[in-house]
Amino acid sequence: MTPVYETWEAARGAEIIAEHSKMEGATLPILHALQETFGYVPEDALPMIASALNLSRAEVYGVFTFYHDFRAKKAGRHVLKLCRAEACQAAGGDALAARAEAKLGIAIGNTTADERVTLEPIYCLGLCATAPSAMLDGRLVGRLDEARIDALVSEAQR
Amino acid sequence: MSVRLFVPCDAGALAVGADEVAHALHSAALARGVEIEIVRNGSRGLYWLEPLVELATAQGRFGFGPVTADDVPSLLDAIIADKPHKLSLGLVEEIPWLKRQTRLTFARCGVVDPLSLDDYRAHGGYKGLTRALTLTPDAVIAEVTTSGLRGRGGAGFPTGIKWKTVSQTSADRKYVICNADEGDSGTFADRMLMEGDPFVLIEGMTICGLAVGATKGYIYTRSEYPHAIATMTKAIEIAKSAGLLGNKVAGSDYTFELEVRTGAGAYVCGEETALMESLEGKRGLVRAKPPLPAHHGLFGKPTVVNNLLSFAAIPFILDEGAKAYADFGMGRSRGTMPIQIAGNVKFGGLFETAFGITLGDLVDDIGGGTFTGRPVRAVQVGGPLGAYFPRALFDTPFDYEAFAAKDGLIGHGGIVVFDDTVDMSKQARFAMEFCAIESCGKCTPCRIGSTRGAETIDKIRRGERVAENIALVEDLCGTMKLGSLCALGGFTPYPVLSALKHFREDFGPQQPRLQAAE
Repeated sequence: MTPVYETWEAARGAEIIAEHSKMEGATLPILHALQETFGYVPEDALPMIASALNLSRAEVYGVFTFYHDFRAKKAGRHVLKLCRAEACQAAGGDALAARAEAKLGIAIGNTTADERVTLEPIYCLGLCATAPSAMLDGRLVGRLDEARIDALVSEAQR
Repeated sequence: MSVRLFVPCDAGALAVGADEVAHALHSAALARGVEIEIVRNGSRGLYWLEPLVELATAQGRFGFGPVTADDVPSLLDAIIADKPHKLSLGLVEEIPWLKRQTRLTFARCGVVDPLSLDDYRAHGGYKGLTRALTLTPDAVIAEVTTSGLRGRGGAGFPTGIKWKTVSQTSADRKYVICNADEGDSGTFADRMLMEGDPFVLIEGMTICGLAVGATKGYIYTRSEYPHAIATMTKAIEIAKSAGLLGNKVAGSDYTFELEVRTGAGAYVCGEETALMESLEGKRGLVRAKPPLPAHHGLFGKPTVVNNLLSFAAIPFILDEGAKAYADFGMGRSRGTMPIQIAGNVKFGGLFETAFGITLGDLVDDIGGGTFTGRPVRAVQVGGPLGAYFPRALFDTPFDYEAFAAKDGLIGHGGIVVFDDTVDMSKQARFAMEFCAIESCGKCTPCRIGSTRGAETIDKIRRGERVAENIALVEDLCGTMKLGSLCALGGFTPYPVLSALKHFREDFGPQQPRLQAAE
């Protein structure tokens, strides 16, 4: 299922920020909500967060860049995350990751030129007893083998 | 006829097709004109059998697994005709892997409907809180102290003492934080419990809140756990509407609110001070200690930060009494530990047992060795910051002190099994690389040491001045261990030094048999 995102509009952004700004420590909930709505955190939103929370722009920018989850621009149409942590390594995950990279023609951490697929590492989905595992647009897949990773990659390319 | 079935909604079961199985069961039942009720339970933790379908009968619950959607028509026919099926496992409670366990914390996980408060109560839920409400806060804390419960996140600090410290402070506001930022590879107990028995966590945290005088609790968990977040959030709503959270908890004079907060992919936020910074809306930078979180924690207020498994042990302790819990275990490690067996292992999953079982029993006997069928060469215990153990140390009992004595740690109870194709210098390099990726950057040994460590191990792997570079890595590990602010930089040396100590033959020019997968 391809996630559907709204196009950035400052008024919509302001609405989301206002919805969360009364929470204790609201920065992360706001960044999450913006990314869920728009697919990334638009640069224009950062000064708006700063003024809503009475923080400096630098502080908000610092938080935004600290966490691996937050994106400065949209990902590809599909995001394929491969678990690269030890349990998946032990179960043969390295070779499968290399296979996915070769099939897509990109290294992990990149998006294909046609902007269809973003391939990302993830450090542990907590599916360590059904390793190796992956997540395609929020759907979990365990017990990966060559056939399953090939199927996931083709699904992502569609 | 009417059939009552259980199909897990645990993320580990979903990842191997549990939803497809549930859909197939619905349509097959419709086609056969059979009335069917499917309860989406948590996982029993026998992951090699997932999706594990259970059938409720007068004798108990019968298991079938691992079931695929293609197996469903024949399975349903067998159930209707009361005939045996090739995937039949017999009574689930009698499966030796489950029967051998001592399930105190995970007693209900996989058994109940996770979001049914009635089901939770029918299985002993909220008896701990009911008893706690008849005791003074000091008596509740004394009970926790006597149980011998120690922090299940890995540090092993006595939970009762932490609670006492917070209860003795005076402040206008205190907090309870559940550290459910379960980032260690090889661990999934927190996730399983949030998805399979969320009320036990709510009850444990509520007891803590009233014992220490805190009115607000946060569950900080990972964005990588969307299913756990959804279940936990719903459970909190349900508890709130039932009067078990909010003002006048369970009709008492106590107030306790609970909220789930989601991290954003930073491993270091599993460190308690970085976690609090993150909850405050900041970069997840580690704080120097002292001051302790118990005195100066979230927003500068006295705060209890405990691991999810610590809180989840509390309802049993209050219900059955401290002694019932302390009767399990060995030495200073009392009670049970939910151990997670993962990686290249035949029978992987959650095995809750009293402290004292040996590593060899866990890996060979319970885990059944590797699923590739090759010999076990190394196991990493305690996540990415835990030591690698060779077979020679398989007699080590699972216990905080025994593992420390062998230069290891039990951490959050994860065991990752590797077969004999593992290249240990590559694993040591990964430990440094992971630390470099996840370092918060506040202290130099961790921020720079990890990158230099990865580079130096690369040199060793290329065969450049091997002996000198090994000495350099060992020296660097000493600096990181002693000079880092938190366990990320401080414990990264564990996997590196243990790999060097026990698997020295892997450090040098790469052997042709070892293939680089990258």
